[in-house]
Amino acid sequence: MSTSTTPTSNVEPGGSAPSGFEGDRPDGSLGGVVRGYLNRIRGGDLGALPAILGIVALTLLFYALRPNTFLTPLNLTNLLVQAAPITLLAMGLVFVLLLGDIDLSAGVVSGVCAAVAAQLLADAGASWYVAVLGALLTGALIGLFTGVVVSLIGIPSFVVTLALFLGFQGVTLRLIGQGGTVPIRDETVRAITNSNLPVGLGWALTAAAIVLYALLQLNRWRVANARGLSNQPLLVVVARIVVIGAVLVVVTAVLSVDRALSAAVDLKGIPYAVPLVVVLLLALTFLAGRTTFGRHVYAVGGNTEAARRAGINVTKIRVLVFVLSSSMAAVSGLVAASRLASVTPGSGGGNTLLYAVGAAVIGGTSLFGGRGRVRDAVLGGLVVAIIANGLGLLGVDAYLNFIITGAVLLLAASVDALARRRAAATGH
Amino acid sequence: MSVPQSEDGTPVLELRGVNKSFGAVQVLHGVDLKVYTGKVTALVGDNGAGKSTLIKSIAGIHPIDSGEILFEGRPVQVAGPRDSAALGIEVVYQDLALADNLDVVQNMFLGRERTKGILLDEASMEQAARDTLARLSVRTLKSVRQLVSSLSGGQRQTVAIAKAVLWESKVVILDEPTAALGVAQTRQVLDLVRRLADTGHAVVFISHNMVDVFEVADRVAALYLGRVAADVPISTVDRSQVIELITAGRSGDLGMAPAAAAEVGI
Repeated sequence: MSTSTTPTSNVEPGGSAPSGFEGDRPDGSLGGVVRGYLNRIRGGDLGALPAILGIVALTLLFYALRPNTFLTPLNLTNLLVQAAPITLLAMGLVFVLLLGDIDLSAGVVSGVCAAVAAQLLADAGASWYVAVLGALLTGALIGLFTGVVVSLIGIPSFVVTLALFLGFQGVTLRLIGQGGTVPIRDETVRAITNSNLPVGLGWALTAAAIVLYALLQLNRWRVANARGLSNQPLLVVVARIVVIGAVLVVVTAVLSVDRALSAAVDLKGIPYAVPLVVVLLLALTFLAGRTTFGRHVYAVGGNTEAARRAGINVTKIRVLVFVLSSSMAAVSGLVAASRLASVTPGSGGGNTLLYAVGAAVIGGTSLFGGRGRVRDAVLGGLVVAIIANGLGLLGVDAYLNFIITGAVLLLAASVDALARRRAAATGH
Repeated sequence: MSVPQSEDGTPVLELRGVNKSFGAVQVLHGVDLKVYTGKVTALVGDNGAGKSTLIKSIAGIHPIDSGEILFEGRPVQVAGPRDSAALGIEVVYQDLALADNLDVVQNMFLGRERTKGILLDEASMEQAARDTLARLSVRTLKSVRQLVSSLSGGQRQTVAIAKAVLWESKVVILDEPTAALGVAQTRQVLDLVRRLADTGHAVVFISHNMVDVFEVADRVAALYLGRVAADVPISTVDRSQVIELITAGRSGDLGMAPAAAAEVGI
């Protein structure tokens, strides 16, 4: 339409004004990269920093207190398996939190789904895939119900899921029976947390993951660079690949050491729960960041009215998010049942949900909607699991356990609130 | 500064005898309005004169009761926001409706994302956003990947306007775009309004600020108690006449006949 300007030039003839968009071509030198990062931190955009600092600090703390037990391959494997159900539950909750909603029933929904699977295995004698599908379907249907009640009737999600939190405890109790325990004997379900990938396969998967990640990142950089789009300096991209690759290699190496306490048995390799978490992390990150659905979730959480005016079906997005969250609760319930090899009426109750919400918040997801990433669930889940695991090794009294976990959550929420205030003040 | 005026061309958007009531209250009385491509039409009027109702009628949010809307000379039905969007009419409301947690590109394409298969086509969207901003000579943004929460009021207005322009829109209606802005930011937005017209859009510009109106508009339409008191080239009137039209519905031989003005007046 315009005849005087071309797409490649924003400088008009004779114009001495700045050309604009200078922020899209950041300083690529080492000094520039470090300066840019420090500026972002100072501006209140902390990203994953608090969670990573938390992981490092807690690891050092527990290593200092229990040098002989905390950083052993056996305990680290336990820790990762312990973190898996919390993380999986938190991954689904991240989407709900992104909308600015909350799902207080996610924990007990994981219990209901696990109970359904356990009863299918025990009573009906179904095979493992029927039980798993049954649990997932139960989760999806519960999510559908929650989403419809929240968005069509318009009751705040806090109230709806509080009611469901109470109600579903009764459902689990009915399914399992008062004081009962349904053991999980199915080998496949138990294998999720109790069996390991062969060491060779573990290394192959790790190598494949690193290569794939590096290729995707570099290709993205190359395309953006070639088309003159906003881009990160190559240095940052390479550094990120190196760090993530190093972490994966170290974790795989630790998990590949024989960690058996007696020389007679052979216990090594990555527990199946770990690749399960990684695959779901990748899939959900992709869903949140690279698809229209994910974009609309962020938009609804950021400004519901703007989303509605942009033609986004807010009701549909909300229902789908609750379906997703409850389905992830089902996965989490299955992993927890596999770890304990049983389902009880208390499964998914107690602290389950609060640990998961805590994990998401510690990881950096805002309770006010619009801000958060799926990886927050993983980082925060690790923090929560390190605390639970470390305090267990210290053998502290139960009361201290509660107080310390609560204090860490409060600290994380404070960091989040202060960072947000800083961000609002500096305009980042 | 502006392109030569030609009043004889077909208006891209024309309203003829539009009436609109809410219950017993008639808000618009036989409104006639002409909006031309390449021109900025200032829509002025006191609070309650019906400016907001008029633009919401054009946008399809409050469909008209009777009268005609002609688009490029053809009579059209505007029964909902989708109808007006399909015609190429975009409205930038005062509250802008941007998502603070998304960046400039994401906001501009919100609800109409480009995809490649199931993937968002970020490269193509960023390119198009960049081209649109460059075409409007927007130089005030540091980055198109900046979050909207970090933008100033003027920059937000710029993004909202650019969003409206992205969709091959023919008519862009701006509801008080300079209302809450400082001097420098008002300057930027007025320049942008002018460029919108110069790049082939018909612009309807609602404002209470006579300085802004006389600076940027080619035509001025004054609403008085739901009636169009005048719809004239701005070169034919001066500031005191426009203020008279807003406050009394008439000025000299312009505006409503004395009897009509007296009848609807207080």
